[in-house]
Amino acid sequence: MSGPSLNGDTRIGVYVCHCGTNIAGPIDVEAVTEYAAGLPGVVVARAYKYMCSDPGQELITHDILEEGLDRVVVASCSPSLHEETFRRAVAKGGVNPYLFQMVNIREHGSWVHDDVEMATAKAKDLVRAGVARVRFHRPLEPRRVPVDGSAMVVGGGIAGIHAALTLANAGKHVYLVEREPTIGGHMAQFDKTFPTLDCAACILTPKMTQVRNHPNITLWTMAEVVEVDGFVGAYRVKVRHEPRFIIEDACVGCLECIDVCVFRNGKTPDEFNLGLSKRKPIYIPFPQAVPQVVVIDPEACIEFRAGCRKKTCVEVCADRNAIDFQQVATFDEVEVGTIVLATGFKTFDAGRIPYYGYGRYDNVYTALEVERLVNAAGPTTGEVVLRDGRTPQSVGIIHCVGSRDENTNTHCSRVCCMYSLKLAHLMKEKTGAEVYNFYIDMRTPGKGMEEFYNRVGSEGVHFIRGKVGDVYPEAGDTGRLVLQAEDTLLGRIRKIPVDMVVLATGIEPQSDAEDVRRLFNITCSAGGFFMERHPKLAPVSTFTDGVFLAGTCQGPRDIPDTVAQAGAAAAEALALIDAGSILLEPNTAFVSAEDCSGCKTCIGMCPYQAIAHIDGKAVINEVLCKGCGTCVAACPSGAIHQNLFDDDEIFEEILGVLIHA
Amino acid sequence: MTDKPKVAFYWCASCGGCEEAVVDLAEELLGVAAAVDIVFWPVALDFKRADVEAMEDGEILATFVNGAIRTTEQEEMVHLLRKKSKVLVAFGACAQLGGIPGLANLWDREAIFERAYLTSPTTENPAGTVPLTDYAANGHRIQLPGFYDTVMSLDQVTQVDYAVPGCAPTPNLIAAAVGALLSGDLPPLGTVLAPDVALCSECDRRDTKPEDLHITAFKRPHEIIADDETCLLAQGLLCLGPATRAGCGAQCIGANMPCTGCFGPTSRVHDQGAKAASAIASLVGADDPAEIERILDGIPDPIGTFYRYGLPHSLMVRRRQDTVETTA
Repeated sequence: MSGPSLNGDTRIGVYVCHCGTNIAGPIDVEAVTEYAAGLPGVVVARAYKYMCSDPGQELITHDILEEGLDRVVVASCSPSLHEETFRRAVAKGGVNPYLFQMVNIREHGSWVHDDVEMATAKAKDLVRAGVARVRFHRPLEPRRVPVDGSAMVVGGGIAGIHAALTLANAGKHVYLVEREPTIGGHMAQFDKTFPTLDCAACILTPKMTQVRNHPNITLWTMAEVVEVDGFVGAYRVKVRHEPRFIIEDACVGCLECIDVCVFRNGKTPDEFNLGLSKRKPIYIPFPQAVPQVVVIDPEACIEFRAGCRKKTCVEVCADRNAIDFQQVATFDEVEVGTIVLATGFKTFDAGRIPYYGYGRYDNVYTALEVERLVNAAGPTTGEVVLRDGRTPQSVGIIHCVGSRDENTNTHCSRVCCMYSLKLAHLMKEKTGAEVYNFYIDMRTPGKGMEEFYNRVGSEGVHFIRGKVGDVYPEAGDTGRLVLQAEDTLLGRIRKIPVDMVVLATGIEPQSDAEDVRRLFNITCSAGGFFMERHPKLAPVSTFTDGVFLAGTCQGPRDIPDTVAQAGAAAAEALALIDAGSILLEPNTAFVSAEDCSGCKTCIGMCPYQAIAHIDGKAVINEVLCKGCGTCVAACPSGAIHQNLFDDDEIFEEILGVLIHA
Repeated sequence: MTDKPKVAFYWCASCGGCEEAVVDLAEELLGVAAAVDIVFWPVALDFKRADVEAMEDGEILATFVNGAIRTTEQEEMVHLLRKKSKVLVAFGACAQLGGIPGLANLWDREAIFERAYLTSPTTENPAGTVPLTDYAANGHRIQLPGFYDTVMSLDQVTQVDYAVPGCAPTPNLIAAAVGALLSGDLPPLGTVLAPDVALCSECDRRDTKPEDLHITAFKRPHEIIADDETCLLAQGLLCLGPATRAGCGAQCIGANMPCTGCFGPTSRVHDQGAKAASAIASLVGADDPAEIERILDGIPDPIGTFYRYGLPHSLMVRRRQDTVETTA
């Protein structure tokens, strides 16, 4: 595993970057450069103000040609920023770009130290290590793999819908997988959207219909991804279709079967209305559901419980023959080049904060329930009526329920202030009630948001800056509930009786986010939301190539941001597909077959399932390999090597750092 | 004296097992004896140090040294033999890697003397006598070898040309090594004269090892009656075969006992113990820290387990020592 030219006959160029004063402030760049010039194998050492600038890069290219350099070290910032830049400069000079080593003296040096002498000494150590290591680098070629032209979008909320349509409009085939009987997600449940007060359904349902009718979209509802195999460009995804007990292609959406169901009234809490109404065993989630296909709930339908009944639904369906009580789960397996995850969120379970009385007092609602109450298509056709039949004269909205609270979730859910303002406006408009918002901080950034806040304030909605500590029934059987909070602006306790309490519950990861994370081999941030590859520079990518994130599965956000992000995820997926093939980093691991004992230690260690045991030897699929190095470290007989991280390179680097110690 | 090639055997800190291994060549030993002149073999033949000193430099074709280096005398002798030999072979795990005596590197001389000569339950030493290097009795002064704080492998003391691994080396490897020496058909200097692949490659039970092995309890050999066809790791026994060089024919496993690692690492591994520990740790079938700890508690002596034969030759060499190395 030795490099082509080692010890003495290498010609290394070292370039130390000032990065303006970013590095040159706390580090004596000239001293580091002078030191580098004396290291074995170094024939040129230069300092430059901005190595990443064109003249900086040209220094490298020029020296390769003039000085015959065959190895290059740049001491500057993090490789994640400019490794590619300098590799290109090295390649431009005609040297294999992997005969290059980047040394990070900014993030690891000048930015974390202020003692010039010590920081300079450390920079010298790091440069020495880089020089020692680069001598062992071998020329490498990036690998090129083809990309399948189709994509999968998982989750049919507004994020998934927008991503799927964007991809489909660009001519790509999209499989849109949604586990509910309809697409639409949470947005379909909302009444109006802040801050413009557009009708959510009016802007959403045309997009839902487009999905249904798009020739490039295969829509699978009541479907879930159960297996993901393969790798970027060629994922093989297995999808499980739950039985709907309706033959989707045969159902015309006439809904006659619902009318004739032997249940004259629904008995099952309606999921779409959050249990505020009841539905029948055969139902459609909401009038504009897509697909316009009914669904049978086998838990509720007596045909499943007792059998041999009248089957009025079958009778009325007649020769359309769309009802099939024998349906069982089926599976599909498809190959796609990229995957967009848009699996959404769940709202915080308000029952977790017992002193707010949700589930105990009838007139405590969650915000999502109120969305249904104020919605003209909701269980009360838009009338705000309490569970006891009264119209509220006063409403208290408690912000940050399950957000910004160390006992539940520490994150801000970003949307609750704004939707609370929206609900305050709508309730006031519909009932004329006095509305009190109990908030910690009002957070209204974004276009038109602060203006909306001012508008709602001018409408006479009350704002009390304080966290509600207790909700309890008012004395004297008034049916009202008292909200008790310390008004931190007035500096005293307020006790405000209201007819209706609305809990502005926050956004949480889906309860099965961990399973989905594992299925798609991605990572989660601390709170359980899926983690982006880089919060600023790769916000919709994941650490798994070809898997992108859209919407609230990545973190709380509102509809405009969700749609923007879904568009970005679709664009990233398109870029991948349209390139036709992709180049992969060659820093992958490989097994030296003659050295492998077939002990199988590595196989279970690989987080990417890239290793197989074939004919008594481990074999690494280099397309699946992400170069994490786990198997290399784990191989008990040293039979696995990794490009750019072979033992000689690493040991030389360590020695280089420690040699003066 | 004939002009047959001259061969020497020497032992340093060892148990004698390597000498037994030479005798274990059985009839083949006669063939070796017929082909060479054994010019020095303290355990079997009556030659003295002076006989070696009298030889020309490089006069011996090959010297096989077994045992680790822990006294001044051993160091002197191997320097002498090095000078007199064309080829110096580290014979057995102690010479190659430090061996079982190398576990003494968890202590230092003072602690070892205190234990061995003063505090062990079977010691009766009211005068508190411990070894000295210089001693006067009956008008005579005698000098004895000094005892190092740190046990060393042969190659940490002098240049070693080849190693024959094992505790002890197996007859097939010894015969092959001698054959190679006599024929002159020698591999590159520094080679360990055994296959450079881990033991699983020659283990009959390899195919019975699951790809997704999760160990929830480590067993010790006396605790279970192991199935004699199934991978011992799969039965919870700590088999170091994956981290150990092949060449022995998996003899221990053939006797239903796990590999303890005596053939040392392959040439590509810097630290057998670390590799073995990480390979074994990767099999622990738990995520909960307390559960992991409980499972790992099933390995009562991790250093004695993973570094049984190679602590001096590992990246650690020894336990951190606050005192400066001296010889007493």
